[in-house]
Amino acid sequence: METVTLKIDGREVQADKTATILEAARLAGLQIPTLCHHPALRPDGSCRICVVEVAGARNMAAACIAPVAPNMTVFTNTQAVREARRTNLELILANHPLTCPTCKRNLNCELQQLAHDFCISDVPYNGRRREMPQDHTSAALIREPEKCIYCGRCVRVCSDLQGVNALGIFNRGFDTEVGPPPGLGLADSVCVQCGQCAVFCPVGAIYEKTAVDEVWRALADPYRHVVVQAAPAVQVSIGEALGLEPGLPLTGKMVAGLRRLGFDKVFSTEFTADLTIMEEGTELLGRLRNGGALPLITSCSPGWIKFAEHFYPELLENLSTCKSPQQMFGVLAKTYYAEKTGLDPANIYVVSLMPCTAKKYEAARPEMNASGFRDVDAVLTTRELARMLHEASLDISRLPDEEFDAPFGIVTGAATIFGASGGVAEAALRTLYELVNGQEMPTLEYAPVRGLDGIRESSVVLGETEVKIAVTSGLATAREVLERVRNGEADYHFIEIMACPGGCIGGGGQPICRTCDNRGARAAGIYQVDAHSAIRKSHENPAVKQLYKEFLGEPYSHKAHQLLHTGYTARHAY
Amino acid sequence: MKRISSFDDLQALRESAQAQLATRQQNEAQVIVGMGTCGIAAGAREVLGELLKELQRRNITNVSVIKTGCIGMCEREVLVDVVRPGEDRVTYGRVTPRDIPRLVGEHLVNGRVVEDLLVGRIAMQV
Amino acid sequence: MGFYRGHVLVCGGTGCVSSGCREVIAAFQDELRKKKLDQEIKVVETGCHGFCEKGPLVIVYPEGVMYCRVETADVTEIVNEHLLKGRPVARLFFTEPLSLDKIPRYQEINFYKKQKRIALRNCGYIDPENIHEYIARGGYDALAKALGNGGPATVLAEVKASGLRGRGGAGFPTGTKWEFCAAAPGDKKYIICNADEGDPGAFMDRSILEGDPHSVLEGMMLAAYAIGAGEGYLYIRAEYPLAIKRVQTAIAQAEELGLLGENILNTGFGFRLRIKEGAGAFVCGEETALIASIEGERGIPRSRPPFPAIKGLFGKPTVINNVETLANLPQIVLHGGAQFAAVGTEKSKGTKVFALTGKLRNTGLVEVPMGISMREVIFEIGGGTFEGKKFKAVQIGGPSGGCLPESQLDLPVDYDSLTGAGAIMGSGGLVVMDEDSCIVDVARYFLSFTRKESCGKCTPCREGTLRLLEILERITGGMGVPEDLEMLEKLAISIKSTALCGLGQTAPNPVLSTIRYFRKEYLAHINERKCPAGVCQALFYYRVDDHLCVGCGVCAKICPVSAIQGERKQPHHINMSACVKCGACVERCPFHAIIKE
Repeated sequence: METVTLKIDGREVQADKTATILEAARLAGLQIPTLCHHPALRPDGSCRICVVEVAGARNMAAACIAPVAPNMTVFTNTQAVREARRTNLELILANHPLTCPTCKRNLNCELQQLAHDFCISDVPYNGRRREMPQDHTSAALIREPEKCIYCGRCVRVCSDLQGVNALGIFNRGFDTEVGPPPGLGLADSVCVQCGQCAVFCPVGAIYEKTAVDEVWRALADPYRHVVVQAAPAVQVSIGEALGLEPGLPLTGKMVAGLRRLGFDKVFSTEFTADLTIMEEGTELLGRLRNGGALPLITSCSPGWIKFAEHFYPELLENLSTCKSPQQMFGVLAKTYYAEKTGLDPANIYVVSLMPCTAKKYEAARPEMNASGFRDVDAVLTTRELARMLHEASLDISRLPDEEFDAPFGIVTGAATIFGASGGVAEAALRTLYELVNGQEMPTLEYAPVRGLDGIRESSVVLGETEVKIAVTSGLATAREVLERVRNGEADYHFIEIMACPGGCIGGGGQPICRTCDNRGARAAGIYQVDAHSAIRKSHENPAVKQLYKEFLGEPYSHKAHQLLHTGYTARHAY
Repeated sequence: MKRISSFDDLQALRESAQAQLATRQQNEAQVIVGMGTCGIAAGAREVLGELLKELQRRNITNVSVIKTGCIGMCEREVLVDVVRPGEDRVTYGRVTPRDIPRLVGEHLVNGRVVEDLLVGRIAMQV
Repeated sequence: MGFYRGHVLVCGGTGCVSSGCREVIAAFQDELRKKKLDQEIKVVETGCHGFCEKGPLVIVYPEGVMYCRVETADVTEIVNEHLLKGRPVARLFFTEPLSLDKIPRYQEINFYKKQKRIALRNCGYIDPENIHEYIARGGYDALAKALGNGGPATVLAEVKASGLRGRGGAGFPTGTKWEFCAAAPGDKKYIICNADEGDPGAFMDRSILEGDPHSVLEGMMLAAYAIGAGEGYLYIRAEYPLAIKRVQTAIAQAEELGLLGENILNTGFGFRLRIKEGAGAFVCGEETALIASIEGERGIPRSRPPFPAIKGLFGKPTVINNVETLANLPQIVLHGGAQFAAVGTEKSKGTKVFALTGKLRNTGLVEVPMGISMREVIFEIGGGTFEGKKFKAVQIGGPSGGCLPESQLDLPVDYDSLTGAGAIMGSGGLVVMDEDSCIVDVARYFLSFTRKESCGKCTPCREGTLRLLEILERITGGMGVPEDLEMLEKLAISIKSTALCGLGQTAPNPVLSTIRYFRKEYLAHINERKCPAGVCQALFYYRVDDHLCVGCGVCAKICPVSAIQGERKQPHHINMSACVKCGACVERCPFHAIIKE
């Protein structure tokens, strides 16, 4: 590392020569306020909140993007700097609805925080304000363009991390618009509803379309049998959403909280994750043996599915036909579970608890009604569950641990790790290795597929075949893999793709924290839960075995096909 | 257009192009030929042709050749005026192509008025 | 090619095209054919001659006589009288506004006399669609000299010695920019010609491209050679179709001659040029936005550093020079940097082209040596303001520039003096205002321009320019409050120091400079609710002087909103709540009985 020495606020600082002033200042323990900056995104330098004075320069520099230089002298806290920052903040506030108490991001808003830090008591400009309609077209997300502060973080995450490019910047000057092309709703665009924009938005300009009110109504309805399925990532994120330690597994307390909210049964999506391994594993072995379309690509992530439908329609036959665990759960709740309990499926209301916004979209897909009803009735994100717990004044940290209900609460560690990138591949290997090779994997923890970012490759010998595996998350990275597949440059047999960077633990419905990247802690929580599980292989799940015995027959059976598998639709790219 | 592939090619092209643009130079030396009907009838076209040839022969490019119409002395046509920088405009009459080498050589180049053809002198104006 | 004894040069610049030069050219060709002169006299369509106000301009050689505002109806007379009989048509000569002298030769007109034409040396003199005419004028000689015995270092040295600074706005030393780029590591480098001229009223770049495109191409080749670039782009706004067409022709002809392409003049140096049409956003004149636009991205600025010279087009080291800068280069390389540096002032060398517009007699394009006073440019070349009107201010540098008052007119025109006075050289737009212009309204006008052209990326420019405009509208609308001045200044200074690019950083200049020099006029609007120039509609009204009004009724008849009433032969009165202040009654009253207050 080549370093340079510069002076910030009178003190010498050593920094990498490629560092920005902001990074150098943080090394020196100095915080510079930012707004358009996000550590996971390329810097943009547009909000001008982080301006600093540089000796000898005609104008102030944006610390988030200005590189350091040898012998540079920087002032981060002069009267001129404070006034300039304040003026720019006032200019943003002059064009932003000051309706904080009713905003989805109240108390978790970067603009509100800055206004508080700068002690803004009055906005001196009372001229024109933008007037733009809200966009409710999407099943998963709501846009409120009037709250947009043009930081462009949503656009950058959508293009740079997700490779979707559904959001752009249109028109110019004061009439600039951020969103899908003007006149189009999000639903008309290539948006895959991953919700990363909502996680990266510093204010309340884009957020999940909430199902909280519907769920409250269902819970209050005495004629409804309301069941909830909790996705694996939620148990390690709900604590963080409530202000507790990030990544801390709170499975038992979450179950206790859900019961107290009034759910009739508290189940886990991990049950159908185990089921997915049985179905998808069988599918993979079938394709390997019978020459089906390879590589087989996972289909658990609805954002990824929509992405493939828009951008890689020629690869749709490579997608596993398995529905996602959420949808398998929904259909089984209204068929198998209804039969077993004698309940009228019309009265069963299935709520999913997901780290994901795209799950809202997936549940609303028209083909997702194999039970004869809409399979999943409502989808709540981790953030929405936190809101319900707050509204019910439930402090789950004080509740005793409770167990999931049977039968859909009987799960394995293999299903838990679905919550982190690489988990599906690892779970599949634990089962396939044993079923094909007749012995347990040498070690159940399969490190080569674990990790938050990038592309991870590995190969495992199953019987005669060396099966090549790739794992990736984040759709921009997925594009790299898919381009290679499309161009015949890759010889993978199996690819796991999750739409969100890091997998479900990095989902668009997860707690929002700009200054911290808690994906690592959440993944560690997931692996901790797995390590402590009594059963760690999907094919050993007794409830799943029972399901096949009583209801489905065998993996990939005709009935399984009817209920648990689906097809895909090519969609327009733009 | 022929491709230029050397510095010499470029220089040669420049020289031929400059000849085309010579008309636009602000030459103070001028030869003015009366080209009214009367002048043409008296042989002004031949005189003009000879004049242009003579200038080319002597490689003189800093002289403007200007036409003018009838100035009312039709019986003296062909009328040719010679103007040297800073000098009077000198008018010659009954000029024939044979006289051209003298007008150019004697007057235009060497500044000696050709008295036997002289008609008059006037102050220079546009 | 035959020898033509006479050349009729008709200006074919955009200004003259719109005043009908194409028809004039056709009429000349027609008339010359009829008179059988078409083998003796050649009609040449040239580029802009600068004196657009008097167009279409026709110059007849060899005499060098200039005719102004020539119409097709004048053509027969010019052909018969001048071309046939040698009697120039005096009624079409230029008339000096003050002396009323009729001047036949353009070099003797005051408008041209004080000019020194380097960048514009061929404009209006050659046929821009004929590469031979450019070559005849010494064109591509500089390139030959550079390739032949100079080497890139010599070209760079001459440009550094010339002291040439960028003519596009900021005035950055061209040689230094090249040096950075030449030293920057990169497998590929680019040279870009910035022809995205966008200042209202400025049109020097268009005129050069239209009138002498090869000088720009040659300038680009010299730059490319000096920095080691093999490819170049000309970014020309799509609103300049004639310039684009002439550059296309020029590129095609240079390629045909082998002056562009591979192995130029058998030296191994190769250069390719492409034209990129800009869609007309003002901000695309900013170099990083321009680069984004060429790359196919949205034309918005990027943060600097890294500067384009290090990381520019497609991430490669790139030099961006403006049209006028490039047009100077062949002369610098051909005659040496020292000769160029002999013109101008210590820190501003050479000449600068200005577009003279506004309330003055001779509008047009002029090229003057740096250091000349603003007074000379406006009063001697530009002929001053109109009869009976007092000079009030001059806006220099377009919407990014500043407004200077009479007291600053003896300022030498150079980069540093102008910046010191609160204006900028900019691209060289000069808008002259007389006593009928309201200075607050002028600031409001320029802010309305920059606010519309803001790209919207950074907060101060996107939000701040609108707020500045709103305060100015409040003041011109008669709703100003005493705190407004302080607020304007505070906001303007903040925008200037924190905006991302040059557009935002200079947008407040018209506000700051007008407050600096014309504070009284702002105060009159705010405190006395008066617009001294009588421009701001909300701040004046009309009144009928009872003593002067004879009740003729003309005003009542002309009023478009029937706001004037009165009995015949009795003094009339104006109903101010209905009056739209159009001023029609004032113009028509035979007794000057309607008074504006």
